[in-house]
Amino acid sequence: MTLLLFDLVLIATLLTLAVAALNSAEPRRAVMLFIAFGLWLALIWARLRAPDVALAEAAIGAGLGGALMLAAARRAARRREDDEAQR
Amino acid sequence: MNGRLRLLIALLAAVLGAALLWVFLPLLATRPESALAKAALAARPLTGVGNPVTAVLLDYRAYDTLLELAVLLAALLGIWSLGPPTPAYQRAGAALRAMIAWVVPLLVLAGGYLLWAGGQVPGGAFQGGALLGAAGVVLRLGGDPHAGLPAEPWQRLLASLGVGAFVIVGLVLLGLGRDFLDYPSAWAKWLILVIESAATLAIGATLAAAYVGGRPPGGTR
Repeated sequence: MTLLLFDLVLIATLLTLAVAALNSAEPRRAVMLFIAFGLWLALIWARLRAPDVALAEAAIGAGLGGALMLAAARRAARRREDDEAQR
Repeated sequence: MNGRLRLLIALLAAVLGAALLWVFLPLLATRPESALAKAALAARPLTGVGNPVTAVLLDYRAYDTLLELAVLLAALLGIWSLGPPTPAYQRAGAALRAMIAWVVPLLVLAGGYLLWAGGQVPGGAFQGGALLGAAGVVLRLGGDPHAGLPAEPWQRLLASLGVGAFVIVGLVLLGLGRDFLDYPSAWAKWLILVIESAATLAIGATLAAAYVGGRPPGGTR
């Protein structure tokens, strides 16, 4: 019963993080929510007794994917600033 | 119009979700994979590795892993074709530098451990390579413009090492009269270790180079 409650909390939080990441207009904010989503998903993989997938999700999905997307958001913001300065 | 479009998209997504559930639920009820799982576990001693996930990734379905490494390589080539990298971050302060001096060796050590442990317990080339890549990301955040990577020719060699080791092992086995990537079970453990080591280095270098985000300066045009 406690475990079922725990699982329900895990799933509800994951869905909330996913919707929040999709709905945020600002790229930086969306990426940060996506990183939180990835770490939460790693918890769920661990709960499903798939430690290999949990490790890969935490290291690649949340960690490096997040870092790459943050760098891309930084680059996009800089390009937007350049465009506005030219106008 | 916009509201109607949103409604249509939501409706289509709901229909797709229902269809996926409809396909997935009978599969969940019948569990047809148990026979296959038993056969795979029974044949595991032939692969020389104790971790069933590594056995699947590097032996039973080595083709998939080879193609995953090729996808990573293609992604790096795409990133390099976008032009020069973004300017480096400013040099880190003393506190961050001291932390980096501790964290980077630890990340490299943990990456090597995950690679070696992947044969018996959860771990493996992708996880170890991700830690090596993370070491590069930390170095670049601390102000190193190259993320700790060597000059461009070496980067090219490192990035293609994973696919290269896989293909060379496969071709040598073909030359010996076996199938492509069909390891003889006496050597299987060592061949898998060689391929995984090369793949770890390649994944780490590729991810760090992807984070730099452009073709390294100084290359020929």
